[in-house]
Amino acid sequence: MMNIVELVGVEKRYQNVRALAPLDLVLQEGEVLGLFGHNGAGKTTTIKLILGLIKASAGSVRVFGQDPTLSESRRERQQLGFLQENVSFYDQLTGLEVLRYFARLKDIKVSECHRLLDQVGLKAAAGRRVKTYSKGMRQRLGLAQALLGNPKLLLLDEPTVGLDPLATQDFYHRIAQLKEQGCTVVLCSHVLPGVEKYIDRAVVMGKGAVLAQGSLNDLRHQAELPLTLNVKGLGLNIPESLQSRATILEDGVSMHLSLQEKMPTMQYMLAQAGVTDIDLHLPSLEDLYTHYTRTCVGSELEDVL
Amino acid sequence: MTPIVTVAAKEFRDGLRNRWVLSIAIIFAVLATGLAYFGSAAAGQVGFTSLSTTIISLASLAVFIIPLIALMLAYDGIVGEDESGTLLLLLTYPLSRWQLLCGKMLGHGAIMAFSTLIGFGSAALIMGLFAPDISWSELVIPFSLFILSAVLLGWIFIAFAYVISVSVTEKSKAAGLALIVWFLFVLVFDLGLLGLLVGTQGDVDAELFPYLLLLNPTDIFRLVNITYFADQQLSGLMAIAEHVRLSTTTLLASLLVWLSVPVVLALALFNRRAL
Repeated sequence: MMNIVELVGVEKRYQNVRALAPLDLVLQEGEVLGLFGHNGAGKTTTIKLILGLIKASAGSVRVFGQDPTLSESRRERQQLGFLQENVSFYDQLTGLEVLRYFARLKDIKVSECHRLLDQVGLKAAAGRRVKTYSKGMRQRLGLAQALLGNPKLLLLDEPTVGLDPLATQDFYHRIAQLKEQGCTVVLCSHVLPGVEKYIDRAVVMGKGAVLAQGSLNDLRHQAELPLTLNVKGLGLNIPESLQSRATILEDGVSMHLSLQEKMPTMQYMLAQAGVTDIDLHLPSLEDLYTHYTRTCVGSELEDVL
Repeated sequence: MTPIVTVAAKEFRDGLRNRWVLSIAIIFAVLATGLAYFGSAAAGQVGFTSLSTTIISLASLAVFIIPLIALMLAYDGIVGEDESGTLLLLLTYPLSRWQLLCGKMLGHGAIMAFSTLIGFGSAALIMGLFAPDISWSELVIPFSLFILSAVLLGWIFIAFAYVISVSVTEKSKAAGLALIVWFLFVLVFDLGLLGLLVGTQGDVDAELFPYLLLLNPTDIFRLVNITYFADQQLSGLMAIAEHVRLSTTTLLASLLVWLSVPVVLALALFNRRAL
């Protein structure tokens, strides 16, 4: 497999202010990466470096095996799709005209525009001015723009902002399809509800540095966040070691467990006759994100003190 | 199609759609015909005046209005795209910064040229058809010269607008700076020159003064049109150019120099603009 993106020891400084600590990141063909972090965490800087919009202060950036800031690699941009946060397209043009303009700039057949607008559900609104579009429709137009010419690398900043749940689902399906075709995708966000299933790897950033990276499972193990086990039933026995971490509810009990305790406890509880229902909550991406970013903010407070 | 043409074509179509082309053309046409017909009203006559009077008064009015229109047309060319986020997006496309900037300037330049041609051209047509004392043959050359120099003046100020647009990060700041540029070139420079003339009590080399006028494109524009009618008495500041008659070619060439300087400057500044 080919490395689509390769960042090695990449650093970015703006007049002695460090926007990005040395960062290593490798993306392979067909990989979907979630890039999470607060505003100012370094997400946008990372994206801009990959796009070749800014030069790294140190380290090397390789996209499709080339330095993206060089003018020779400008042709490679044809294989690249990008949608940033808060873009407002030319209000006085229609959706179709906007897309046609971008298609021409990318040297792509203008006929593809109709198909793409259809795909993102803007077929009926194609002839209307963008001025009349809702936020969700603008976002979908932006996605159609990013998907022009079947990109090999797709960088999306806050792609689901303003999309309704149905459109969000559609969007994730589309990402999954693109992944099948070998497209590498970077999804950039604060937190994306429901994105867990669709990403191979997550990178959590804070203050310009990577706080954690790996698959969601890796992150769960690293974070050692407790999972929650809810058991319904009457006259339940709780293992002695968990007594202090259990809350007795009206119709059952709720316990916080570590990953290692999960299986023994479940077996113990299931063996009891009074159990009527059982459910398990793994820490969600949001929990992990909160965990990692909180540690970051915490250390910042210590710095100040 | 090269990206430059794509960008320029979009810019031009925008100009047609948001009525810039139409408004500029109408303003110019009304201005020119109005001056031609009512130009001698002060002398108690109504009706078409002589061609030289018309062109000279047209030049001294256009010198205020063309720079203003050009600056208004183009001041948000880059900073506007930056504010709406499309600049960042466009630069991730397979086109370079200079191609984007050239395309935009070309588009706005075409809007300016097209509407100037239509506006003043239709005025010339009206004069040719209805003014009794003006023949086609004497009309064509001065009017062509006037339109050519007007287009060049418009382009120069479009280029100024782009210098402003690539160096600021807010649209409102660009608008303010555009106004200052207009004020400096159209009003302050001439006042300063007059002040210098009066302050030194004319004790400056008379040979030098006409060349000082070359430091301001709006003065060059007026000189181009006034010197064509060599028999006319030069008035006001233009009178100081009487000692050294600069040829029309020299004047047009200096307008071209004035055009290339801000274009090159805008390109250089845009290349260094941080995103």
